[in-house]
This record gives sequence, structure tokens and C-alpha cells, in this order.
Amino acid sequence: MEKFTRLEGLVAPLDRANVDTDAIIPKQFLKSIKRSGFGPNLFDEWRYLDHGEPGQDCSNRPRNPDFVLNQPRYQGAQILLARENFGCGSSREHAPWALLDYGFRAVIAPSFADIFFNNCFKNGILPIVLDADAVDLLFRETAAQEAYRLTVDLEAETVATPAGEVFSFGVDAFRKYCLLNGLDDIGLTLQNADKIRAYEERRKAEAPWLFM
Amino acid sequence: MSAQTLYDKLWQSHVVHTEQDGTTLLYIDRHLLHEVTSPQAFEGLRLAGRKPWRVSANLAVADHNVPTTDRSHGIADPISRLQVETLDDNCASFGITEFRMNDVRQGIVHVIGPEQGATLPGMTVVCGDSHTSTHGAFAALAHGIGTSEVEHVLATQCLLQKKSRAMLVKVEGRLSKGVTAKDIALAVIGKIGTAGGTGYAIEFGGSAIRALSMEGRMTLCNMAIEAGARAGMVAVDDTTIDYIKGRPFAPKGELWDKAVANWRTLVSDEGVQFDAVVELDAAAIKPSVTWGTSPEMVVTVDDKVPDPAQESDPVKRSGMERALIYMGLQANTPITQIAVDKVFIGSCTNSRIEDLRGAAKIAKGKHKAANVKQVLVVPGSGLVKQQAEAEGLDKIFIEAGFEWRDPGCSMCLAMNADRLEPGERCASTSNRNFEGRQGAGGRTHLVSPEMAAAAAIAGHFVDVRELSEV
Repeated sequence: MEKFTRLEGLVAPLDRANVDTDAIIPKQFLKSIKRSGFGPNLFDEWRYLDHGEPGQDCSNRPRNPDFVLNQPRYQGAQILLARENFGCGSSREHAPWALLDYGFRAVIAPSFADIFFNNCFKNGILPIVLDADAVDLLFRETAAQEAYRLTVDLEAETVATPAGEVFSFGVDAFRKYCLLNGLDDIGLTLQNADKIRAYEERRKAEAPWLFM
Repeated sequence: MSAQTLYDKLWQSHVVHTEQDGTTLLYIDRHLLHEVTSPQAFEGLRLAGRKPWRVSANLAVADHNVPTTDRSHGIADPISRLQVETLDDNCASFGITEFRMNDVRQGIVHVIGPEQGATLPGMTVVCGDSHTSTHGAFAALAHGIGTSEVEHVLATQCLLQKKSRAMLVKVEGRLSKGVTAKDIALAVIGKIGTAGGTGYAIEFGGSAIRALSMEGRMTLCNMAIEAGARAGMVAVDDTTIDYIKGRPFAPKGELWDKAVANWRTLVSDEGVQFDAVVELDAAAIKPSVTWGTSPEMVVTVDDKVPDPAQESDPVKRSGMERALIYMGLQANTPITQIAVDKVFIGSCTNSRIEDLRGAAKIAKGKHKAANVKQVLVVPGSGLVKQQAEAEGLDKIFIEAGFEWRDPGCSMCLAMNADRLEPGERCASTSNRNFEGRQGAGGRTHLVSPEMAAAAAIAGHFVDVRELSEV
């Protein structure tokens, strides 16, 4: 996993609540047995005017001019600004894979769905919860200023606007440590292999039917 | 010891290790796998030179991509076929038990786990699928995980977790005739919203929940995720234990007695405090129909499509306006005036025998309306299908002009060939009415199996409470 430390990036606004993972990456693309290559199909049904299928060359597909990510001013965006309950629905990790493959490294929203939130951390994407008023302000500023950029500092747990306004966010210490160092948490868990074995022995004595 | 919730008990009995910030290594008893969210996890395991920690904890089945029509020719779509074959190969090479496509035990992963007795009270159950909450009906701690976590569970038999808060959803009283567990689920989501349960594990309790069958409890826990809660659960009682007895993976003999004694403790202690409590009156719950593109956009069948003009929150209002355009609906239209093009009876929410019986009761001796192009009935497993056929339900459906299919996820998410065409409107017993969920441009209305069958017969939504069959 790629480390996340500090990001100074262009912001793209997606102004709707309850954006679900079916919208982030529609089901037909979940047939892939790979982890990469989902970026061209991120938000496929909103982004293109035709119906997308896996394996298609997306460069010549008709784009929906009304969809925010198709606007020239948001090309190259790395920070997605979103509304409540972003990432709800299916547990598909293809959703953060698609966001990452497209180029997003951080998502800012007033709230996230649990499984999506968790999946982001496993892939070097930082999901940032800010209160609804702060998110509102960021939406207004993003709309008002071309090339609006934010600076995210994971170590300091802050988001800074171009005008110098700073918002703090919280992140679990363990997740922060993994993200800052780009660590594979399976390796970390296996450092506790003896504890897992000891648990299994104890549990087998208590509840042997669980180990049949 | 102070009083504990069922969730506290399940959590505490699985803690392997806790970090200073509360991040906990939680032991996983049962890992269910399917073809869509596992290939990258197996690949990761191989690349790191790792093996499954405890092979016997895993059970796999292909469900999302499988065809629901004649399977003798295999899967026509080469990409779907490769994904299913990849699961077959991975299970064979790692020695994981898999019910393959032509095995009678094959079915939707959340139907077969309980059906086989592979889901037991007191277990932690995970699967790379958000509807894993279903298994909480057995007083198990069950939730969906991503593919990285699938790999983590394969490699370590554990998950890194933070404890959620505990919410009690208490439903007291008796349900009216024609009102089902699906309507309770939709009523709860309508009340607390699709993010109302975020950060919580929900326990469903109260006399109306205790009166539900295991099928009904599974329907309810299945949709806990649509309320934002990763886990839903119901305490153990006789209904739980009677359901499990004699199932292939369930303990037998002396071990059974020991297990039952342990399972009886899987209830929230008297007087325990929950972090949040939501109360519903069962008698006030009516058959429900979603009108929009989120499960919280729901009304009762005797109501009308809501008017965005009445909504004061601007983000919600624009969401409602967008949903009405997508759904092709006008505000204030009575729900019973909405005509449907297709009907889907199936999915991990509503494809068990009781669901099929409920739909068959309505369809018996009738025929689908002329405006309804297709009615799919997709049983949750090969064994559910067998049972339904033994009861003659298949004949009732076929005589009603419904299609009697083979088990799988089918048109709940349309990864196989079963799907809506753009603009088609569907009464569906599934769990998500998101844009494009049942096919690009398709319009989904979530309902109970009884309501779906009634819509198929009438050609539009009807209040099943007014039917003599109920």
C-alpha cells in the first residue's frame, strides 16, 4: 500500500448525499479478478452517456457534460468533496480501488458508511470526516474558486484551505500509523500469531463445536 | 460482572488482543466466500506466500454471477465464467469446501450458511458481502468486509476491529395480517434513515421480533446494513435452536447439548443500557413500498409519493427531486396507481421457503397481469428449490405465468443475465433501490414477497391487507 502523509491537491465536488458503491463502480465491472484498472469506470453511469461494459476502451465513449468530473476545471483532482453517508451499500472494495485508480487519495464528507470507510484505509485513501458546516463551506469555496486546492496533513490531522483556514479531523491511532507508513496489516497481525493460537486453544476447550 | 448486551458478549468472547487505541484483534469463527470479492484476496495470499490459517473455518459458493436458467451449458458470459472458475480453482488448491454451481446445496451465500448449520449462535461470521448481517439472526456477530479483509481473515483467522456502539430496535405488539419482517425492516429504515445505524450494532428485540420465524429474523437482520449498521442481531430462543437442530454443520449428540446450554446465555442481560434505543409499535406497521433511489425513501402502500416541495433541508430536497426524475414519478401519486413492468421475487433478503410460500399464497389460481412483462421467482438455494417443489409452489408460480428459476443473486444486482432494461419499473423483494442496481436505468421498488406477488397479479401495487388470500 502506498503511504499517505501530506497531500496538496485539487478538489472536485460531488454534491449529493448517500452516494452508494453501486454508483461509484457499477456491478458489471466487479467481474474482474484484478485489483487495478477500475479508474476509467469510476461513476460509470453518471460519467458516460452510453452503457459501459468491462474491457471497453473508454477514451472514445460519449461523456455526460453535466457530470462534475467531466468539467475541465476538475481534471486531475485528488480530493473528492462529498455529502452524508458517502460509500453506502455494497462492501465492494472495487469502490476505493476505482477512486484510487482514477487519482483520488482523499475523500472529505460529513459522514461515511462503515465498510467503505474501512476499505479506504486498506488502500492508501484517507477518508476525512468534517462537520457539516465545514463541508458546506468547502463546497461553496470549491464552486467559487477555479483550481481550488486543499492541503491534507495526516500527521497533524488537519485540512487547510488556500485562505489558511484549518480544520481538524480525527483518525484512529492504529490506522494512522499504518497509513503513514504504508503498512500491510496482515504482516502486523501475524506478529501476534502466538496470541491467536493461545486464543484458539482456550476457545476449543470452552466451545469445541466451533472447531469442527 | 455488570450487565451486558448480546453484542458485548459476542465481542468479548472473540477478543484475541487489544491495542492501546482500542483497535482489537477479533477472532473469526466462520468465513463465507463467494466469487466476486475473493479472487484478489486469494491472489494476495499467493503473492505473499501465505496459506489459510484454518481451512475448515471457510465455506465457499458462487452466487452473484451464476445463471438462473439452464446450467447444463455452463456460464455464457466469458468474464463471469472466469470469475466462477477462479473461485473453483482457488478453493480446490487451498482445500476449501465449496458448493459448486451444479451442487444441490449451491445458493446465495447468506441462505446456505444458515441452511447448512454453518452459521451458529455465538459465532463471529464474516463474508466479503455487506449482507452478511443476515447471519446475526442466529445471535452471531456477523458483518460484511472488503476484499483486503477477506485476505486478512484467510491469512490470520482474525480481523482488526473497533467496537461499535449498541442500539436496541424494539418492536412490541403484533403485526397485522399481510405485514412481514420486510415491512419491519423498511419501517425501521424509514424511521432512522440509511445512516441512522452507522457506527452501531443493532439488536432487534421485543415481542414482535420474538414472534418472527428464523426466515423473518434473517430478512430483518439482512437489511440492518441498509440502515447503516454493519451488524444486526436477534437473541437466542427456542425458535433459533429448533431451526439449527439436525443441520449438517450443527453439533450433534453430547456436543449439541453443551452447545445449546451455551447458546441460551446469548441474550442481553436484564436491565442493560444500550447506547441508543428505537421503539416501534408492530400494530402500526403497514406494507411498505420504496418510491426513490435509497431504501429510506419509503412510504406505506396506502400513502402517496412524497412532494419535495414539503422538504426543508436543501440537500434532501434535491436528492428527492433527482430520485423522482430517475424513477419517472410525479409527487403526490398514490402508490397503488404505480404500474410495474417486471417483478423479482428472490435475493438474500427474501428467497427462503417462507418467502416463496407467502408469494405463492397470493399467486395461487391467478395469472400475472397483461402489462407485466416478466416475473422471476429465484429460490435462495437448491435445497429451498427442492422444498418448494415438494410443496407444489413451483406449479402455482408457473400457472400464474411466473418464471421458476435456479438459485442465485440474480436480479437483485444484475451481475448475471437477469436485469431490468432502462426505464423498466420493478416490484422487487431485494434490498437496494439504488440507481442502476437492477440494471442501468432500471427503477426498483422494494417490497415484501406478498406485495411483489400481488403487484404481479394486479399489474400495479396493491395493499395486500385488502386481499382475501392473506
